[in-house]
Amino acid sequence: MATDNIEPIKRPFRSHILVFLAPAFLVYTAVMIFPLVSTLYQSFFSKDWTFVGFANFMQLFTDPRLSASFWNALSNNVWFFIVHMCVQNPIGILLAALLSNPKLRLRGVYRTVFFIPTLLSFVIVGFVWKLILSPVWGVTQGMMKSVGLGWLYQPWLGKEDYALTTLALISNWQFIGIPMMLIYAALLSIPDEVIEAAECDGITGWSQFWKIQLPLVLPAIGIVSVLTFVGNFNAFDLVYAAQGAQAGPNFSTDLLGTLLYRTFFGAQLQLGDRAMGSTIAAVMFLIILAGVCIYLFGIQTRLRRYQM
Amino acid sequence: MSKARQSPLRSIAAHAILLTYTLIALFPVYVVVVNSFKNKKGIFASPLSLPFGDLWSPDGYAKVWLRGDFPLYFQNSLIVTVVALFFVLLFGAMAAFALSEYRFKLNSLTGLYLALGIMIPIRLGTVAILQLMSSSGLTDPSGPFGRAAPLTALILVYTAQGLPLAIFILSEFMQTVSNDLKNAGRIDGMNEYKIFFRLVLPLVRPAMATVAVFTMIPIWNDLWFPLILAPSETTKTVTLGAQMFLGQFQSEWDAVLAALALAILPVLILYLIFSRQLIRGITSGAVK
Amino acid sequence: MKFQTTLMLASATMALLAGVGSAYAQDVNLTIESWRTDDLAIWQDKIIPAFEAANPGIKVTFAPTAPTEYNAALSAKLDGGTAGDIITCRPFDASLALFDKGQLASLNDLAGMENFSGAAKSAWSTDDGATTFCVPMGAVIHGFIYNADAFAALGIEEPKTRDEFFAALDKIKADGTYIPLAMGTNDQWEAATMGYQNIGPNYWKGEEGRLALIAGTQKLTDADWVAPYAELARWKDYMGDGFEAQTYSDSQNLFTLGRAAIYPAGSWEIAGFNANASFKMGAFPPPVAAAGDTCYISDHTDIGIGLNAASPNQEAAKKFLSFVASTEFGTIEANALPGFYPLAKDPVTIEDPLAQEFASWRSECQSTIRSTYAILSRGTPNLENETWNASVQVIKGAETPEAAGARLQAGLDSWYKP
Repeated sequence: MATDNIEPIKRPFRSHILVFLAPAFLVYTAVMIFPLVSTLYQSFFSKDWTFVGFANFMQLFTDPRLSASFWNALSNNVWFFIVHMCVQNPIGILLAALLSNPKLRLRGVYRTVFFIPTLLSFVIVGFVWKLILSPVWGVTQGMMKSVGLGWLYQPWLGKEDYALTTLALISNWQFIGIPMMLIYAALLSIPDEVIEAAECDGITGWSQFWKIQLPLVLPAIGIVSVLTFVGNFNAFDLVYAAQGAQAGPNFSTDLLGTLLYRTFFGAQLQLGDRAMGSTIAAVMFLIILAGVCIYLFGIQTRLRRYQM
Repeated sequence: MSKARQSPLRSIAAHAILLTYTLIALFPVYVVVVNSFKNKKGIFASPLSLPFGDLWSPDGYAKVWLRGDFPLYFQNSLIVTVVALFFVLLFGAMAAFALSEYRFKLNSLTGLYLALGIMIPIRLGTVAILQLMSSSGLTDPSGPFGRAAPLTALILVYTAQGLPLAIFILSEFMQTVSNDLKNAGRIDGMNEYKIFFRLVLPLVRPAMATVAVFTMIPIWNDLWFPLILAPSETTKTVTLGAQMFLGQFQSEWDAVLAALALAILPVLILYLIFSRQLIRGITSGAVK
Repeated sequence: MKFQTTLMLASATMALLAGVGSAYAQDVNLTIESWRTDDLAIWQDKIIPAFEAANPGIKVTFAPTAPTEYNAALSAKLDGGTAGDIITCRPFDASLALFDKGQLASLNDLAGMENFSGAAKSAWSTDDGATTFCVPMGAVIHGFIYNADAFAALGIEEPKTRDEFFAALDKIKADGTYIPLAMGTNDQWEAATMGYQNIGPNYWKGEEGRLALIAGTQKLTDADWVAPYAELARWKDYMGDGFEAQTYSDSQNLFTLGRAAIYPAGSWEIAGFNANASFKMGAFPPPVAAAGDTCYISDHTDIGIGLNAASPNQEAAKKFLSFVASTEFGTIEANALPGFYPLAKDPVTIEDPLAQEFASWRSECQSTIRSTYAILSRGTPNLENETWNASVQVIKGAETPEAAGARLQAGLDSWYKP
């Protein structure tokens, strides 16, 4: 184990760098960057293709309706992210930690099972949870009644106060496999000698986890956090599948992604507005870029990384 | 390893937590699969019981079988997912290796450029992508290449979409590969390609497996690009097929549940087959 | 690297499959874009074979997209140049925008257009009425479908007036066997379309009020526009537990499984209800204030069909559109899809009793279309989408009818000048 301070050998021009980079660079530029740039470019134009500079951005933040929708979506999105960070990731770490114990029986089965929800499409997840929580079908209601909690039941997805949190928890249920797998992989790559050395020093159980394993998997937790952030601020499908493009009830589940979709492509009789849609997309992009930069330059560089 | 001090109490607690979460994870899947074998009255009257006795009815499956060609949809999904996955892993690992191994001008700028894609949904580029694909003749399933054309369009989009995340994760992991090892290889006269394919790739197998799974899921489950690029009957993917079915029979819950079960089961089976490889990759790849 | 070997094998399979191209004969292939996923079987089994038999050499594919994705997917495909030859048209402003962008062709000289009245064509014509760009295909009528067995068991007659309507609801509620009203607010449009647009015309006097709203002589804050919200607010007590999370298909199931007595309906439900309900059904139009008042119904031009201006198969596509304009098509449509009423001048015989019942109101009541569809949904905020939200808020009691009216009018005023 050595810290990352050995410089790779420096050499003159190396054609293999180009060979390694070219395929990814070309496909990515042609099919992703070029189309995205040609879309974002529209944010500087009006609907009839005259150049308007930053007028669309001004409108987004000054028009009372648009800015209200935007701030509503942004604050919903922040809450959505908080729920993921406080529920999904800790549970994911806990499950990974339990599974990483090589003495644990049936760990292959658990690991396989926990990842199953992550495999399902949003169409399925949205539909299934809507059915399960449905007041008409009464599955949840019946189960809660049978344990004496019937009075607690609410039509959560239909209530402004609960719908967003309910959806966030459904999303946690769906994606818990991702933090679990990443951290599990990181825990497994901790060398046995480290663990053995700790045990010789009498550090076992939870204190071993807190003092030895957790610090060693911090980079993986960092990746998980930034992936969660990016995923949440791009999220769209689950809300769309469960609540529709209008993100009901009363826009309480509207995320930046659904606002963007509604604006860019339109919804029902609302016509799509490519210019304003692109403007919202550009703002979303800047928010995510800012978050990722904070991670890359503020956090990642301070994490100690170990070569094993 | 000396884990003999593991107390039975702790092991019971661990199993209790894991079992609870197993129930949470599987309950919705159970509800779908069990109810897909019931008749409509049974679905409503006793949603949690097993489909025996007068509840039993395969009608839902019969309806699905008559109206949708699920084996074909499954084949399309499989082709698109597997091929795109292959390119994402190959190209992604190559680029990640270049970025993490070599110091060259524009290194960090290239890294940032390649990471931009995870920050913005590719869906926004739909119109330009559609124009690009249709001008290359890749949207027409009745052209000279048949249904391979729209499927190729999907593969291109998914490859581009998967690369940023793959590069991001893989370069993180590649930095943990020991320099001594690589330098030893170079001293032994291995060229850079050999170092990459023979030394580095096998060592980052756990990360590759993880990336494979993360890349596979959004591709398999995507609804939007199949809808836009490959909506015809011969090129539909499972997810699109199931979605169309939900639209068509939305109040016929026996058929809907059967369609959902049919959309879940193939992924499950695929994953169960794949997960052995995946776990073997993760465990044996862990460098000791 | 076993895992990689698997991938390589699979990609080799892919390469093999690529060779299996398909070659078609010289037939012209037409593709129809539509949101009517529900009707796939009827198009495949009845409508298209009838057309293909009469027009050899033209092959037609019906390629529907789920209603929620239709507008977005269609506009992306039209912009990208890959949309089908024939486009199913949403009424009024949505299709007008496509025509204005040059994506729908003018159909003024299409053979068969003379079969339609100006009123039928108005949903797919420019504001001056000079150009029509879609063939009118169907109208839907709003009203209430009820469980006739339940009504008989409880001794309830079809309500004619609002007081009778609420008396019936009270009676059903007191009995407790049935949920009085099968409607939920989760999907939002249900509350606006089955609720507000269903009962509203009786208040604002149909076309009179709708045109006055467009002309600016009436406002959404006027009593006639606020009162339907007040009535909707009263519905809350008669809807099922947890109606806030009840979806459209939940409502349909509640009714067809016999758990609810009255379903605020659109006539398009008839085919599905006939197939799924095991009890006798009846229908009544939205009740009026006092017996003998003129009744108004929403008889909404809902679906048309037009020609993609960029289609390479203009001639074949026009043949198909002329077929849609014919009485032959109207007869197939009216009977295979009971509840969609053909818009051609020639009357078509309808066999289904429930569909007949809805159609019979046309002679007793004044017809109008949904108030928010024409002209008032051209800007942002869009009045139709706002009405969804307002109807839900009012039913839940989260907003008063007056506040809803004021909010909608303020939104409309922000972009619409009569």
